[in-house]
Amino acid sequence: MSNSNAGTHTLSSYLTGYVVALVLTAIPFAFAWAGWFSVRTTLLVVAVTAIVQVVVHLVYFLHINYRTTAKENLLALAFAGVLIFLMIGGTLWIMFDLHYQML
Amino acid sequence: MSLEATAHGAVHGEESKYEDREFGFWVYLMTDSLIFALAFATYVVMIENYSDGPTQKDLFSLGHTAGETFLLLTSTLTFGFASLAMRAGQATRVMLWLAVTMILGVGFVGMELAEFSGMIAAGAGPDRSGMLTAFFTLVGTHGVHVTLGSLGIFVMICQVAVKGLTPPVRSRLTRLAMFWHFLDIVWIGIFSVVYLPGVL
Amino acid sequence: MFGILTIDALPFYSWVAMTGAGVTVLGGAGALALVAWFNFWKPLWNDWLTSVDHKRIGVMYIILALIMLVRGFVDAIMMRMQQAFAMGNEGYLPPDHFDQIFSSHGTIMIFFMAMPFVSGLINIVVPQQIGARDVAFPFMNSVSLWLTASGAGLVLVSLVIGKFSTAGWTGYPPYSGIEYSPGVGVDYWLWALLVSGVGSTMTGINFIVTILRLRAPGMTLMKMPMFSWTSLVVALLMAFAFPALTVVAVMLGLDRIFGMHFFTNGDGGNMMNFINLLWIWGHPEVYILILPAFGVYSEVVATFSQKRLFGYESLVYATAAIGFLSFTVWLHHFFTMGSSASVNAFFGIATMIIAVPTGVKVFDWLFTMYRGRIIMHSTMYWTIGFIVTFVIGGVTGVLLALPPADYLMHNSTFLVAHFHNMLIPGALFGYFAGMNYWFPKAFGFKLDEKWGKRSFWFWISGFYCAFMPLYVLGFLGMSRRMEHYDVPEWQPYLIFAAFGAVLVMIGLICIGVQLWVSVRDRAKNMDLTGDPWNGRTLEWATASPPAVYNFAIVPTVEEIDAFHDMKKRGLAYAASERYEDIEMPDNTPLGLIIGGFGFVLGFAMIWHMWWLAVVSLVVVVACLIIKSSNDDDEHIIPAADVEAIEKERLKIIASQPPHPVIGASETPVPDGSPVPGSA
Repeated sequence: MSNSNAGTHTLSSYLTGYVVALVLTAIPFAFAWAGWFSVRTTLLVVAVTAIVQVVVHLVYFLHINYRTTAKENLLALAFAGVLIFLMIGGTLWIMFDLHYQML
Repeated sequence: MSLEATAHGAVHGEESKYEDREFGFWVYLMTDSLIFALAFATYVVMIENYSDGPTQKDLFSLGHTAGETFLLLTSTLTFGFASLAMRAGQATRVMLWLAVTMILGVGFVGMELAEFSGMIAAGAGPDRSGMLTAFFTLVGTHGVHVTLGSLGIFVMICQVAVKGLTPPVRSRLTRLAMFWHFLDIVWIGIFSVVYLPGVL
Repeated sequence: MFGILTIDALPFYSWVAMTGAGVTVLGGAGALALVAWFNFWKPLWNDWLTSVDHKRIGVMYIILALIMLVRGFVDAIMMRMQQAFAMGNEGYLPPDHFDQIFSSHGTIMIFFMAMPFVSGLINIVVPQQIGARDVAFPFMNSVSLWLTASGAGLVLVSLVIGKFSTAGWTGYPPYSGIEYSPGVGVDYWLWALLVSGVGSTMTGINFIVTILRLRAPGMTLMKMPMFSWTSLVVALLMAFAFPALTVVAVMLGLDRIFGMHFFTNGDGGNMMNFINLLWIWGHPEVYILILPAFGVYSEVVATFSQKRLFGYESLVYATAAIGFLSFTVWLHHFFTMGSSASVNAFFGIATMIIAVPTGVKVFDWLFTMYRGRIIMHSTMYWTIGFIVTFVIGGVTGVLLALPPADYLMHNSTFLVAHFHNMLIPGALFGYFAGMNYWFPKAFGFKLDEKWGKRSFWFWISGFYCAFMPLYVLGFLGMSRRMEHYDVPEWQPYLIFAAFGAVLVMIGLICIGVQLWVSVRDRAKNMDLTGDPWNGRTLEWATASPPAVYNFAIVPTVEEIDAFHDMKKRGLAYAASERYEDIEMPDNTPLGLIIGGFGFVLGFAMIWHMWWLAVVSLVVVVACLIIKSSNDDDEHIIPAADVEAIEKERLKIIASQPPHPVIGASETPVPDGSPVPGSA
C-alpha cells in the first residue's frame, strides 16, 4: 500500500469507483427483484456482477494495481485467492458429494 | 519494495516501518478473508437445512438489504474522502468525513440489529434451524467487524483531534481505511450469496 | 457471580485425579517458591515477562514447551500403563478419566508442546539468521506468547478445577456437543484452542512480515538460510490455516452456549462439516509442526558435514511445494466418512504427491553428508535417527493414503503408530536437535554432549519399542483409545509398548539431567566467540548470547551461507570504524496483561461467568487502544554504548583460536578432526 504514487488516490477515481459499484449493485438487485429471467440466469448475473464489483473495489478503493502495489501485497492477495478457492471449492465438493451419497 | 534483492534491514527507517505495518495488516485482512470464506462455505452447505422452519424467502426483505448496502457503500466513499483529506493534510476535514463514515457504519449496524431482532421475535432466531444458525453467524460476524471498525474510527477521530496528522496517525488511518473497504467487499459476498439468491 | 462454578469442581472424586491436581498446584507453588528463594521477582518482571525481545520471548516459548512436554508425557505413560494392565479387567483408570487423558495428551502435545517449541525456535533464530535486529512487530510477538501461555494455563487448570474434555483432541460432534458432553470439559478444550489459536495466527503474520521485509541487504530469498525458508512457509501456513480452526471452534462454541445448530444431530445441523473444517486447518498444522524440524535438520547437517547444503534450491522448492500441497489433502483424515470414489481418489492421490518433495529432501540431506567431514555431534544423532525413522513413517503414510487400505486401518492403532512415527522423529527430534544446536546462541554455553547422546539413545529406542508394537496391534484389529479389552493376544504387545514408554521417560529425564549438568558445568562449556560449531549462517555472527540489538552493523550478504563466506573473506570479525545509535522497542506489560485477560475470558466463558467475560474483553480492547495511542514506545541505545559492547566482544574473540575455514586461502584444508572451539 505504497503512498508514493497518487494513482487512484484522487477524488475522481473514488467517485468513479462509487458510481460503478452502485450500478453493479443495482443490476443484480433489479434482476432479483423483478424476476425477468429464470433463477439460473439471475444467479449467473448476480455472480458475475459480484465478481466484477469485488475487482472494482480492489482497484478503486484499496488501490490495487500492477504498477504501484508492492509485490508482497499482490502475492498475499493471490495466495489468499487460491486458498479461498481451495477451501470453499473443496468444502462444497466434499459436502455436496456426501449429501448426494446419503440420499 | 520488491521481493528480490532489496531487503532493507540496514536502513529500516520510519517510513519503511509504517510500510511493514501496512503490509502486516494486509496479510491480516487476507487471513480474515479466509474466516469469511469458511463461514460462506458453511452457509451454502446448510442453505436448505430449514428443519421445518422458515426459509430465506419468508424472512428476507430486499428493500432492507438494499438500504444496508447503500449505507455501507456510501460509507466506503466517505472514508475515501477522509483518506483524500488526510493526504491533503486537512485534519478537520479528516475528522468530519470520519464522523460521517462512523454514522453510516452505526446506521448499518442498527439496520442489521433491527433485522435480527425482527427475525428472532418472529421465532426465526439462530437456534431455530441449521440454515438460520449459519445465516446469523455469517452476517453477524460481518456486523461485529463493522462495529469494531466504527469503534476504531471513533478512536482515530480522537487521535487526530489530540495528535494531529502525525506519521503514526496517518499510518493507522491508512490501515483502518483498508479494513473498512475490505468489509464492504465482504458485504458484496453477503448480498450476492445470502440475500439475493435467498429471495429467488 | 460464579456462574456454574461450585466447590464440586474440585477433584475429590478420584485419587488419580487428586494426585494430578496436587502435582499441578505443587508445581506452580514450587516455581513461585524458587523465584522467591532467589529473589528473582525484579529480573523476572523486567527482563522476561514484560520483554519484547524476540530472543527472550523465544526462550520463554521453549520453557513453556518443555513444561507441557512433561505434562503430555505423563498422560502418555498413564495410557500405556492402563492398556498394559487392562486385559479383561478395568485397569486403574475409570473410562471417564482415561478419555480425559487421551484428549489432553493430544491437545497438549500439538498445541502446547509442539506449537510453542516451533514458535520458540523461530523466534530465537530467524531474526538473527536474516540479519535483523528484531521481529517486525515486537509487541504483537509478546501478545502471541502470552495468549499461547494462557491456552496452556487453561488446560493445566482443568486438572484442578473441573474436568477436561473426553472427546479426543479433535473433539468431533455430536459427542462434543452440549447434548452428549454437558460438562465443562469440551469448553476447556475449545477455549484453550481459541485463545492460543489467535496467538498462532499473529505469530504467523509477524514472521511473514519479518522474513519478507527485514532481511539484511543482499539477502535475496534464494540466499536465505534453509531454516528461515521453512519458517517463512510455516508462518504462511500458521497465518492462513489457523483461521479455519478459529471458525470451527467458534461454531462449536456457539452450538454449545447458544443452542445453535451447526453440528447438532437434529434441527438441520451437519456434523460432518465440523470434520471437514477441522481438517482444513488440521492438515496444514501437521506441516507447521514438521517443516521447522526439516529446517533444523538442514542447518545441522550442513554445519556438521562442514559442507554447503546439497541441492539448496531443490530444498526451497520442495518446502514451498509441501506448504502448498498441505492445503489440498485434508480429506484423507476422513476417507471413511462416505465420500464417493472420485473424491476419495483425488485426495488420496494428492496425499501421495506430497511424498515426492519430502523424498527430495531426504536425498538432499543424505547427499549433504556424502563425502562431508562429518562431526558426530548429538544434533547429528537426532538428524540421522530422524531420517531412518521418518522414512518408515512415510511409507506407512503412503499406505494409509490409499482409500481402500485406509478403510481397514482407520482409527486403529496402526494410525496411532503412523502419526507418532511422523511427529516424534519428524518434529520432536528436530526440536531437540534445534535446542542442542542453538542453546549456546541463546545462553552463551553449550549443552553437555554425553547426556545429550544418552537422551537420544533412550528416545529412539523407546520410540521403536513403544510404537512398532502398535503397528502390529493395528493389524490385529485393535482400535485406538481403548480403556480396556478382552483379547489376550494383544497384551504382550501392549506390555512391550509400555516398556518403550519407560525408555522414553528415561530419555526425557536425560534431557533434564543434561540441562542441569550443563548449567552446573557451564564454565567449562562457554561459547566465547558466538560461533561454537564453525557455523555457516548469520546467527553465528552475533555474540552468544547476542546483544539486545543482535547486529551492531547489519551485514551485507553476498552468498548463501553468508557467515561462512564472511569468514572465508576474513570479514567475519572486522571492527567497524564507527557505530550508530540503535533504536529498540521498550518493554511493556501490556502483552502479559492481554494474555492474562485472555485466560480470564476463557475461564469465564467456560464457567458461564458472563459479567467477567465482558469485563475481560473490555480490558483487552482498552489495552489495545492504549497501545495504539502510544507513539513513543522506543528507546535509543547510544552509539558509544554499542561501541563499548562491540569492542569488548572483539577483544574476547581475538583471544580465542579461530575455526579453520574450508576454502579460505590462509588456512590449510582440515583433516576432518574436530575443529578447535567445538570440543
